[in-house]
Amino acid sequence: MNKLNFLSPDKNNLYAYLYSGIGLFSLSILIVFLNSFFSLDLTSFLPGTISYFLPLIIGFMGLHLIRIEYSGIKFLDIINKNINTNKFNALLSLLIIFAVIKSLPPLLSWFIIDANFAGDSKDACSGSGACWAYIKTWFNRFMYGMYPNAEQWRINLSFIALAFLGGVGFFATEKFKKYLTLYYVIIYPIIAFLFIFFFISGGPIFFDFSYGIIAAVISIIIGFFIPSKFKMYYFLIIPIMIYILLKYVFFYEELIELGKIQAFEWVETGAWGGLSLTFIVSFFCLIFCFPIGLFLSLGRRSDLPIIKYISIGFIEFWRGVPLITVLFMSSVMFPMFLPEDMFIDKLVRVIIAISLFEAAYVAEVIRGGLQALPRGQYDAAKSLGMGYWKMHIFVILPQALKLVIPGIANTFLALVKDTPLIFVVGLLEIVGMLNLAKTNPEWLGFAMEGYVFASIVFFIICYAMSKYSYNLEQKYKTER
Amino acid sequence: MNFKKILPQLLTLVVVILVFGFFSYNAQVNMENRGITFGYGFLSQESSFDVQFSLIEYDGSHSYFRAYLVGLLNTILVSVIGIVFATIIGVVVGIARLSNNYLIERTAAIYVEFFRNIPLLLQIFFWYFAALRALPLPEKADPIFGVFFLTIKGFFVPAFVWNNLDIFIYSVIAAIISIVFVRLYAKKKQENQGIQTPVLSISIGLLIILPLLSFLLGGVNASVEIPVIEQLSQTSFTFKGGLKLPPELISLALALSLYTATFIAECVRAGVQGVSKGQKEAAASIGLTPNQVLKLVVMPQALRIIIPPTTNQYLNLTKNSSLAAAIAYPDLVLVFAGTALMQTGRAIEIVSITMLTYLTLSITISIFMNWYNKKIAIKEK
Repeated sequence: MNKLNFLSPDKNNLYAYLYSGIGLFSLSILIVFLNSFFSLDLTSFLPGTISYFLPLIIGFMGLHLIRIEYSGIKFLDIINKNINTNKFNALLSLLIIFAVIKSLPPLLSWFIIDANFAGDSKDACSGSGACWAYIKTWFNRFMYGMYPNAEQWRINLSFIALAFLGGVGFFATEKFKKYLTLYYVIIYPIIAFLFIFFFISGGPIFFDFSYGIIAAVISIIIGFFIPSKFKMYYFLIIPIMIYILLKYVFFYEELIELGKIQAFEWVETGAWGGLSLTFIVSFFCLIFCFPIGLFLSLGRRSDLPIIKYISIGFIEFWRGVPLITVLFMSSVMFPMFLPEDMFIDKLVRVIIAISLFEAAYVAEVIRGGLQALPRGQYDAAKSLGMGYWKMHIFVILPQALKLVIPGIANTFLALVKDTPLIFVVGLLEIVGMLNLAKTNPEWLGFAMEGYVFASIVFFIICYAMSKYSYNLEQKYKTER
Repeated sequence: MNFKKILPQLLTLVVVILVFGFFSYNAQVNMENRGITFGYGFLSQESSFDVQFSLIEYDGSHSYFRAYLVGLLNTILVSVIGIVFATIIGVVVGIARLSNNYLIERTAAIYVEFFRNIPLLLQIFFWYFAALRALPLPEKADPIFGVFFLTIKGFFVPAFVWNNLDIFIYSVIAAIISIVFVRLYAKKKQENQGIQTPVLSISIGLLIILPLLSFLLGGVNASVEIPVIEQLSQTSFTFKGGLKLPPELISLALALSLYTATFIAECVRAGVQGVSKGQKEAAASIGLTPNQVLKLVVMPQALRIIIPPTTNQYLNLTKNSSLAAAIAYPDLVLVFAGTALMQTGRAIEIVSITMLTYLTLSITISIFMNWYNKKIAIKEK
């Protein structure tokens, strides 16, 4: 039998080292485990400091003993390679394992064991753990804000309908695939807006822009019969003319009465709130900021000096200021810039402000993609006789946008994470509602539960978004 | 110049001018109706409001301009603290994510995924309203190392009371200048004679010896003032002496640095991964030690990738520090665009000054960073 040298374990006495090492390591874990779960102190007979560090020392020795390279045992090799490559790594691994074991019992007891789930008042929460009854009682408010309870089915129904309409793309057959972009960029946002205006807000059936919608529908129908040569001029002029005709000639007197009819009870935007408001604001900002950003990025790379410098100024301005001052501006300064009789709802103002703000970031991201394309792509497209728009729509943008999917996803994530800032103008989405609930005299002292709940909600949303963008990136990845 | 090029430019220009004209016309009409005249004269008026926490002397009798300065300095303070801590945490976590230790890599990854997917505002609220509120009252606080007191009213740390502080500062400056000279000399010596000088140990020595000399010869002395508990009334206690960091500052700095650190960590990871393996192998094959490989080959190349996005994160942190307004930390937005605006009602002037300030800060930092970036960029021949 070879001599055992515990300072430098080797392969000759593999099992002797292995068993003693694993024994020491398990012992150290057992000590910490018993200490943290059952508050048993196995080493209390030792002086304080030594007893405190004993598991670390034992575990360190154990890991040292099993650090044998090329032992031939697969499991041991994997452990050594992953958590036990050298002394420093072994120490860090031990510290992390101990920290996890130590922090599990307090976390578990706070989240589940000592927590209160039942009840509908503060008295129900007597335990030392979390008071989930608080979340349960306020759940409605966290989701819908101050929206009247009896009307909340309207929000649910709209969201379900919109989610369903948004999923249409997955079921589209080959024949309709080419219209999908048109659908998602133009038709879907309009449908979403109509849902929110008529259904969630309960707006009057005949409102000013109803003329606009009718005009748009009529002109699109006629547009199918117009030869493509004149289509651009047609769509520049005709919708506006139909709109004016409808508004001032045909319908004016008769429909002004109809306009006062409301299908649903009007709920002003100040009462909206909670998670549903987060969704509404992020949804519209996402939809608006992308095209604006796209045009800004094209403008920034344009050869035309005036357009170029206006785009640069615009982008750099919005990128240089914090969102909170932009929202301040939209709430206190913007009304000064409007005629006195003109009033824009604060939700609309916020959506405009956030869209412009994020558009500048989107523009910079897309510019990165445009710059990454080799010049040859531009030259090839031009040599085929394509004009500026044709070249960008069919050659440049499809490639550039593919490249910047991660960047755009990050900007969208930032946008979703920025929505809580709308508290500045007095709109309370989920974080704002939490702060309101926190100050309710009947529910004082449950700030922690609220923030943990909101963190989990946001984490799920943002994590799902980032994973989805990662999938998209993989799906559209092309070899260059 | 043909027609096709001029027309869109002209159209854009006309639209922009029309929009601006519309806005400024309305602003003029509105201000006339409210009887306000546009101007920045109010900056020199007496502000007559107090600010809780200020780096410079300030009370209600000072001017609005002074209030602006107070807010600006507080913004800069929290940004600098945040940047320092975010960099430290970010670099450590970024390197941890590259570790071959599975546990460390996972821990760092969980930290990054968790903290960057939660809105910053929520994190600030969490620290301020939930975590720091769980701290003990001043009279029940246990001292940390006997001198630090972490209480619900803030973090009380010992302060230095200096005699002849200026001489000490001069000595530090002298040390820094001499280090620069030593480095230049060492570089020249290596280029000419190929002899390496231990610059690092000389620098550390200089940094210790010169300030020490100022203590021994220059008559500088510093005494430490430890915070002592003091009773204000029957139930109210506070600490006297020492330095007080208000809980708003702590929670803001904590949230900002933990949040931004996740982004910096990703930048660092991308940067180190961006250095191709061949570079390390080539460096090792010409006989450089692992330390030299890291210092002379990997780091210079990685830094080139790391610095531009990290600068962006610093800018973001500075801009995000304006969220201070949500927890009443008296930063630029709260003091100036909040309180001062409410008092004077001069929305256009104040919001424009605030925005211009942030714009100047961002543009200054980005100009500086562009310059630095250009300096370290690969010079191709």
